[in-house]
Amino acid sequence: MAIHRMPITVIGRDEVLHVARLARLALAEDEIEPMARELSAVLDHVARIGELDLDDVAPTSHVVADAVPTHPALRPDEPRPCLPRELALAEAPAVADDGFLVPSPQA
Amino acid sequence: MEHRPVSEELRTPQPPAGGSIKDDLYEPVIGLEIHVQLATATKMFCGCELSFGEPPNTRTCPVCLGLPGSLPVVNARAVHFGLMIGLALGSKLAPRSIFHRKNYFYPDLPKGYQISQYDEPLCLGGRLQDVRIHRVHLEEDAAKLIHVGSSGRIHGSDASIVDFNRGGTPLAEIVTEPDVRSAEQASVWLKLLRVTLRQLGVSDVNMDEGSLRCDANISLRPAGSNQLGVKTELKNMNSFRFIERGIRAEIARQQKILTGGGQVVQETLHFDPASGAITSLRSKEEAHDYRYFPEPDLLPVAIDEQMLAAARAAMTELPAERAERLQRALGLSAESAQQLAFRAELGDYFEAALAAGAAPAPPPQALANWITGELAARLSDGDGDADAGAGGDPSLSRVQPSALAGLVGFVAAKRVSVGAARQVLDKLIAEGGEPLAIIDAEGLAAMDGGDELAEIVAAALAANEDAAARVREGNAKAIGPIVGHVMRETKGRADGTEVARLVHEQLGT
Amino acid sequence: MSATDVLELSAAQAADAIAAGSLSAAELFDAYRARAAADRAAGAAGLNCFTWVAGDGATPEPAAGALGGVPLAVKDLFCTKGVPSQSGSRILEGYLPPYTASVVRRLEDAGASLLAKTNQDEFAMGSSNENSAFGDVRNPWDRERVPGGSSGGSAAAVAAGLAPWALGTDTGGSIRQPAALCGIVGLKPTYGSVSRYGMIAFASSLDQAGPLTRDVRDAALLLKHMVGQDPCDATSLAFPGEIELPTAERLDGVRLGVPEELSGGGIEPGVLEAFRAALAQGEALGAEISEVRLPHAPHALSAYYVIAPAEASSNLARFDGVRFGLRAASSPEGENASDLLDMYTRTRHDGFGPEVKRRIMLGTYALSSGYYDAYYGRAQRVRTKISEDFRSVFEQVDLIVTPTAPSVAFELGEKTADPLAMYLNDFCTVPMSLAGIPAISIPCGLSQGLPVGLQIAGPAFSENRLLNAAYALEQSLGFDGAQARV
Repeated sequence: MAIHRMPITVIGRDEVLHVARLARLALAEDEIEPMARELSAVLDHVARIGELDLDDVAPTSHVVADAVPTHPALRPDEPRPCLPRELALAEAPAVADDGFLVPSPQA
Repeated sequence: MEHRPVSEELRTPQPPAGGSIKDDLYEPVIGLEIHVQLATATKMFCGCELSFGEPPNTRTCPVCLGLPGSLPVVNARAVHFGLMIGLALGSKLAPRSIFHRKNYFYPDLPKGYQISQYDEPLCLGGRLQDVRIHRVHLEEDAAKLIHVGSSGRIHGSDASIVDFNRGGTPLAEIVTEPDVRSAEQASVWLKLLRVTLRQLGVSDVNMDEGSLRCDANISLRPAGSNQLGVKTELKNMNSFRFIERGIRAEIARQQKILTGGGQVVQETLHFDPASGAITSLRSKEEAHDYRYFPEPDLLPVAIDEQMLAAARAAMTELPAERAERLQRALGLSAESAQQLAFRAELGDYFEAALAAGAAPAPPPQALANWITGELAARLSDGDGDADAGAGGDPSLSRVQPSALAGLVGFVAAKRVSVGAARQVLDKLIAEGGEPLAIIDAEGLAAMDGGDELAEIVAAALAANEDAAARVREGNAKAIGPIVGHVMRETKGRADGTEVARLVHEQLGT
Repeated sequence: MSATDVLELSAAQAADAIAAGSLSAAELFDAYRARAAADRAAGAAGLNCFTWVAGDGATPEPAAGALGGVPLAVKDLFCTKGVPSQSGSRILEGYLPPYTASVVRRLEDAGASLLAKTNQDEFAMGSSNENSAFGDVRNPWDRERVPGGSSGGSAAAVAAGLAPWALGTDTGGSIRQPAALCGIVGLKPTYGSVSRYGMIAFASSLDQAGPLTRDVRDAALLLKHMVGQDPCDATSLAFPGEIELPTAERLDGVRLGVPEELSGGGIEPGVLEAFRAALAQGEALGAEISEVRLPHAPHALSAYYVIAPAEASSNLARFDGVRFGLRAASSPEGENASDLLDMYTRTRHDGFGPEVKRRIMLGTYALSSGYYDAYYGRAQRVRTKISEDFRSVFEQVDLIVTPTAPSVAFELGEKTADPLAMYLNDFCTVPMSLAGIPAISIPCGLSQGLPVGLQIAGPAFSENRLLNAAYALEQSLGFDGAQARV
């Protein structure tokens, strides 16, 4: 039985900042260290899934897929009513020219 | 994203040991990535109708706006069109394919991820003429971002406005193997792909409108090598002409770098057709980590017999097949066959004309020549650029296929001269109608080779004594003015060959 | 009927009385609305069950249908058109969706009337309802203790008699565990049975809506009108057959399996005692009880805490300040978020609470380049093994029983310092979530004066069998939750 134990993960500051960047999450300076600690503790615990021999096991991406054999999951190409624009824009933090206003990605 | 010009000055080329390398020893290796907007009625994952220039944000719903709690549901017709594309390209259709999430942040991406396909796409492999297909998959289009300039309202900083009408439009992404070897080949092949997809009816494939978009991956390698060099990606080229020029420019740029001993950097580039410059779309962040994982909100797409049968039944004759058939069955030249097959409107018109039952029947090749030549020239919008396929559609003109067929038949039967026929065609274009009626009305019927023509020839000889004399002396070209005189007299109705014969007969030459 | 009598009726009894004409739907609604509004007004002195209560004058017209007029409390994360739907988060504070969740619409069509939105852990992430941006919810059995989570507001409201019944959601135990801690009934249906359209997502492959009720019969009645395929949810399926109201009085011939891995280590002695006493009752009713093994159950929690955060990290990417919800205002320097990156990162920093941030980070990491195979890829394989374990156990027994939670309600603040300690609350409920099988929690006794929950789980689509077993046990156990009523 192959054992794929992952090394005890200590996720450090740099990695925390990298992941935070991917997740578009600002972290205050005093939040980084606690985050690293907390994530490390959880990652260390979940690392135990590395103990199992799973070489011949297929991953489950959809738990229902086998449950019901015939399953009409495709939608007919028929128009449905759209939202009136006012409703689409109703919760927008900033609107201009009938659109959602955001800082430009080039800025 | 910044645009920075990429120039020699940014690099410090190291001369290679052993001297310089010549340009022509490099071979371009090009792969194409084509995004096709599918001509379904509704979006890929929701029931919003597709937008064609509607006012902003009027074709949205919770799903394509990415509102909390919304869920995608796959458009069956998009899958159907995807299967048709796969069949047309000879791909292997996956019995089971899944959608994946491609995660990144951008204002035109409302969910913060695009639903696309990753390692289990709808179609794998295939080929279209000389270029192999790597894969075809389905995904959703992003929304539209409109940049606005500095404005006092926004505290002086640049802003953008997002319009979600386009967001969620179904896309088929077609990726080729890197089989293309030149800019010209890329352009020709893309035109074939375009006309093939148009024939299938799966997309409007209009580059101007954005329903067909193409990026190119370009690298160079020493000729004869089968290693791949570092490739760059050229994006945002929205016409066939620009694609060709852009690829050519990039090949030249890479060639210059390599022959100078430098190294090509893998990056995304933009070609500016106005200046011919290539600039880097180097973003501030590192390369994206898309964190692909299977889309949990969608089940695998299982293709059953019914869907396959429906896709097969919907297949139309494809351009390459049509060209081959026209050549084989009708004896058309390869060039004519290709012209008619690759411009569906001409091919359709041609076949309608043939089938019109005109008597005398027009010979197919002659009919083909008249359609691709005289008729097309008169109908084009003057641009001469067959890119968009706009203009030059004979079915939109007043010339009925049966009318053209009749005219060509008459010409072949020598009942009207070529010159006169051209006049008839002008009239047909202007007013429609029947060729015979026009011929009679305008008095354009060919002159038979009888006395009337002989008299006119005699008169022409008399009026052009010098020319006649030179012809007697053996100067064949001197016949021109004499023939011209006869043609004018007969308003072009005389057959040129017959006129020449009569002239020689009367001159005894 | 007196006001107090009215509040004593179960939802099913109230529906019958309304249908029979002996109770006015408007009167019932007003009675509950007053109580809910009072709790809301009491602020920290109350249980803090609600984030919104139907306003005065909003008494709905008597509604037709089987649920004819019985008021329903709905967890904050269900989109309710024009009514705040915030999923317990500051980033959605005051958000009014332009549409209503399918399951809520279905229930309204069956006659339920929207009484209130209930408080919850932010984005359904939590086991104690201490992660809400709108304050902690308190357990009506002891106000210094947690009600469980994430559907803490729904559970507390039902236990306290502030709502006849409520909708919750369960991803890793978020219906069952608060039901256990509050001494009421909570059911997580077979994955796919109930539409998720309009449920603000946490973990797509695990989330399911379900009932929180005073008794098993009410749970069956509510579930009956929730299940059904929805064309707006591609993962929803047609439930084979109907959900029936349970009638079983005995458990003769019912084979109950007790998994070794989920009925010993890590569970409080008092909880185990109450659990075993309940098993003895089951035996007295004719059940055959045996020990079974779920060998991969000890790894379920780890797999869950990879899969759920991973899916959540992607589901929560849409909270970016662009189209709705919070957009970060001025920076400390007083400038607007003029830079797009700045807008994203500060919006999400300001709008998400610490637990949500942790899970987003965890999930992003587990999906990121170089880590996918070791974490997410692997966890999905563990999931397959867990499903196989259940399938094989269900060849030997009809149903599985375990304690629902490893402890009774703990004190507010007791576990907040250690995220991992908090996660361990879920270890008995998470395996069923991963396998997508249905499970119900019913109160089975007290320990230290606080309720203990018994969990019964069955194969996919075995809800009727589940409900009948639960009903028979419930009748026999005779648990009295009156103590918690406000």
